[in-house]
Amino acid sequence: MMKRSVCKRISLLAAVLALLTIPANAMHIAEGYLPVPWAFGWMAVCVPFVVAGFLSIKKKVALNPRAKVLLAMCGAFAFVLSALKIPSVTGSCSHPTGVGLGAILFGPAATVVLGLIVLLFQALLLAHGGLTTLGANVFSMAIVGPFVSYGLYVLLKKTGCKPALAVFAAAAMGDLATYVTTSIQLGVVYGNFLEYLSIFALTQIPLAIAEGILTVVVFNVLEKYAKEELRDLSVL
Amino acid sequence: MKLWQKNLILVLLVVLIAAVPLWLLKDAEFGGADGMAEELITETNPDYEPWFSPIFEPASGEVESLLFALQAALGAGVVGFVLGRMTAKKPGEKQ
Repeated sequence: MMKRSVCKRISLLAAVLALLTIPANAMHIAEGYLPVPWAFGWMAVCVPFVVAGFLSIKKKVALNPRAKVLLAMCGAFAFVLSALKIPSVTGSCSHPTGVGLGAILFGPAATVVLGLIVLLFQALLLAHGGLTTLGANVFSMAIVGPFVSYGLYVLLKKTGCKPALAVFAAAAMGDLATYVTTSIQLGVVYGNFLEYLSIFALTQIPLAIAEGILTVVVFNVLEKYAKEELRDLSVL
Repeated sequence: MKLWQKNLILVLLVVLIAAVPLWLLKDAEFGGADGMAEELITETNPDYEPWFSPIFEPASGEVESLLFALQAALGAGVVGFVLGRMTAKKPGEKQ
């Protein structure tokens, strides 16, 4: 009896979700799809962050030479996660960003560079995102996402939250913030902000949760085997 | 709970999150349909002309999936290598 009502509820939920379904490919802004002033405007906005990112990496690596290999791993983690197009409840696919881990370990500035590398790879080789929209995409995925992740992690840590839980929340919210930003970026140019939000952010909710969990998986290993490094980076 | 048990449960949870939509929404397209947000743009702004097109586009869906797989493989290789080194027993270390 019980089972049946659960089943009914799930199918009702499915029906509601199906109604909401807008066939969408919720990812980065495609090549050429931002007007020229916006495209170059976003690039200009990103330049100081990228510069700060390179400086931050240089400083962090000089302070903790052993952290270099961890930084490489954070970049690689973003590579894996942003290659995984995962089906979502809106009936379309999107992919996580994977930059939360880097933001938590190395801070948001350093992560800008990691995100930039991933986005360049996808723009150049996969026709995914684009060179003209690189600025806008870097802003959403490599700046807003990591800053939200980092801020939330620091905040939660201060309140005495368990590190793993803080990592989960930080990574998930950073992921979501990236796609909310993308919606805003398209909304201010083309209007229909809410529609973009439903394409991008709604699709992203379960993926953000998945990203949070996967980040915790890696963090669990680090917490056990690289405690010293994490302390040096003042993550713990 | 041991670390690997905890992580195994978490990974299975992620698999579940990815699989449930496939099972719930049997008719959905799960669009690899690249460019649905673009469609909304062109729908709502019929005058808009994309002013730049990708320099290089994968020749087919197969080639694209090759490149995506390559991206994931490279990343997973590095992550595995680093975590492997980190968790390996150091020489002379007792069990």
